[in-house]
Amino acid sequence: METQSSQVGYNSKVEGDVIVTKVDAVINWVRKNSVWPMPMGLACCAIELMGVAASRFDISRFGMEVMRFSPRQADCMIVAGTVTYKMAPVVRRIYDQMADPKWVVAMGACASTGGMYRSYATMQGVDRIVPVDVYISGCPPRPEALLDAMMKLQKKIEKEPSFKQLGKETEEKRVWA
Amino acid sequence: MNEIVESLQPRFAGIKPRESSDHPAIQCPVGFILPLIECLRDEFDYKLLSDVTAVDWGEEESPRFSVVYHIFSIKAAAHIRIVADCEDDENPSVPSIVSLFPAANWHERETYDMFGIRFEGHPDLRRILMWDEYPYYPLRKEFPLAGIETELPDAEIAEETRAKVLAAPMMGGPFVAKEGEPMSRSEPRAKDQSWTEWSKKTLEEE
Repeated sequence: METQSSQVGYNSKVEGDVIVTKVDAVINWVRKNSVWPMPMGLACCAIELMGVAASRFDISRFGMEVMRFSPRQADCMIVAGTVTYKMAPVVRRIYDQMADPKWVVAMGACASTGGMYRSYATMQGVDRIVPVDVYISGCPPRPEALLDAMMKLQKKIEKEPSFKQLGKETEEKRVWA
Repeated sequence: MNEIVESLQPRFAGIKPRESSDHPAIQCPVGFILPLIECLRDEFDYKLLSDVTAVDWGEEESPRFSVVYHIFSIKAAAHIRIVADCEDDENPSVPSIVSLFPAANWHERETYDMFGIRFEGHPDLRRILMWDEYPYYPLRKEFPLAGIETELPDAEIAEETRAKVLAAPMMGGPFVAKEGEPMSRSEPRAKDQSWTEWSKKTLEEE
């Protein structure tokens, strides 16, 4: 009896045109090479973010040049800048509006920890309201640092089970300060 | 320097020259703010309002709050400062000058936001930096730099994330360099102020 897999292995007509792999690997490979960022530009980090999108640094080498200003069309929120308490609920609401699967990059000292703004008005790290996948140090970070973070995010996406977190933003994925 | 003040004094009883290290300054009773500024604008060519702010002299002081106006004369290339003490220390208020200078609108909103000084007659006196429901006035002397724990502006998000407005960890700060010392000693890092919440400073505060 001929099964599908035996055909792949032994049928010389299709051999070489067929790749055997895992669904996770394929889906994650697709996902990691077309991360559409949502530029949450809140301060000077956003200028570096624009630099990353421009020709010198060219984020499109990683398939991430499609900056979407609508959260409905984005999968990675790049929080670039100081998150004030007044802005924080807005950041969270935009995050909620993004479709799963979604990731968050905290770009720069302010988004990661509040940075130099130790004051009544500044949220001390955006991870108090959204789950952050990658933190970037710097004030502001060099564009290379953002690219490095996006490559790290790609590595992280690669290893994720592609279906597990869909549709349920679970307690374990949340990060609480 | 104070010719303007002297020429105005007969018309506005109660105004007096105010000590100042730079621009001529007028100490003005609250009641004269509108006519005085209008007179300066129309007769003395002080046509550009560059700043409206306030001073909190401290909880024990009375008058506690002073409102400060800086007005610029383009012709004379000179500033003038008008200072008015608020009569009420609990609920300070002064007349709004938006009718004279539309530019005062946001300045007065900011001063209201930070000090809680009401500007009577302002067309739209809302907070401008903090959110509308914020219960404190951050630039008042009794308000700590780190802030006071309170609720997030959005109740729905607050419930979803269980996040709050928290007092910021000062970690030995605020990290302000002191004047009059060499950089090697005035810089905060020279005092070994720790960047972690838990370890102690090694040098005593001077």
